[in-house]
Amino acid sequence: MAACTVRFDNVVCLVRMLRNVQHLNKRFLSTSLCRFTLDSDDSKPTKFTPPQKPVIIDKTQSEASLRKFLSPEFIPPRQRTNPLKFAIERKDMIQRRKVLNIPEFYVGSILAVTMADPYASGKTNRFVGICIQRGGRGLGATFVLRNIIDGQGVEICYELYSPRVQHLEVLKLEKRLDDNLMYLRDALPEYSTVDPDMKPVPYSVTGEVPVNTVKVRMRPKPWSKRWERPKYMVQGIRFELHLTPEQMEHAQKWAQPWREYDMLKEYDTTALEEAILAEVNTDMSK
Amino acid sequence: MHVVVTGPNMAFISGCRRRLFVELSLLTPRNDFSVSAALAAIQKMTRVRVVDNSPQGTTPWHRAPRVIHVYTKNGVGKVGDRVLLAIKGGKKKALIVGHKMPGERMNPRFDSNNVVLIEDNGNPTGTRIKVPLPTHLRKMEGEYSKLLAIASRFV
Repeated sequence: MAACTVRFDNVVCLVRMLRNVQHLNKRFLSTSLCRFTLDSDDSKPTKFTPPQKPVIIDKTQSEASLRKFLSPEFIPPRQRTNPLKFAIERKDMIQRRKVLNIPEFYVGSILAVTMADPYASGKTNRFVGICIQRGGRGLGATFVLRNIIDGQGVEICYELYSPRVQHLEVLKLEKRLDDNLMYLRDALPEYSTVDPDMKPVPYSVTGEVPVNTVKVRMRPKPWSKRWERPKYMVQGIRFELHLTPEQMEHAQKWAQPWREYDMLKEYDTTALEEAILAEVNTDMSK
Repeated sequence: MHVVVTGPNMAFISGCRRRLFVELSLLTPRNDFSVSAALAAIQKMTRVRVVDNSPQGTTPWHRAPRVIHVYTKNGVGKVGDRVLLAIKGGKKKALIVGHKMPGERMNPRFDSNNVVLIEDNGNPTGTRIKVPLPTHLRKMEGEYSKLLAIASRFV
């Protein structure tokens, strides 16, 4: 009988503890433990059980990409400059990348950049926009974000490795049909409008990057460039809405189809890319 | 565009030109070409967009406001420079608050040449600015504090 009561007491204790543990999971600063000790003054005091540490999963922080991806500014231009210069710059770029998380992004992705700005309220300035161009090699690499704010088209050219950049976030990872979206300046405003309070769209860290195959409609004609000319090789404009077939054919007058057979202009970077990617990966993990 | 033609085929050529001109004018809408220099900041004769809500700037007029003087030493206006406008048949001072030409890195570039009308003492004529202003305009806080106070947004 005595053994029975002791066991019953134990069971009651266990149940209470379990209930309290559930409480603790809900509330970080819980007073139920004190109540528990006050309640159970009739039975023997139980050992203090420290509350479980809450596991915080930060879903806003995007995971590192598992793709084999080398940012294009790591590839040196083809010129006679001493390669040592580019190697030193790569070291500096990796130093910066260890401090600032520069995610994988492409022209057409939607980014949010927070930069230090002595004139902005709160000393930081956040700008959300679609990346329309990436330029520069080495430490001087830049990218241009475009957005339409209050009906006014705004573009900001950011330096990727500038110490003023505090945070860089990819809100939507995708590619477009072209590697340069400067024609969005002449497109209808809805194609470059991005909600500044946009939530990050989750993306897969493996596999192919999705390609957005949208083709834009343009404003009526005086455009900043003659985008139909072959040298721009624009795929993402619906030319058939704006130009007659005769005009499209006329634009082909400036085609230089022999250029693709110019062997002196070939710059095959695949081997270089492999070597630099290996170097960057080893240096980043140091 | 004066072509001096002498000889018997002068009438024929002028007739051709007239016919061509008519065809062109029928085919193409007006203002199908841009007449201002591309991306040359703001200089004399630049057409600008008035972005405040002053009645002088918002009421339509058959001529766009034009810059007739830039108050800088080199005659080129950037963000924060004063200009003199020919607007609605009168003269008016204005402050440049954004231009198409890309400025320094990390500073915004706008799709239009924006100005805000100001009085001679620097006070804004309107009571509201509809478009975002660049934050580095705040460098001139002391001079144009009233203008910056009516701005709706900064980028």
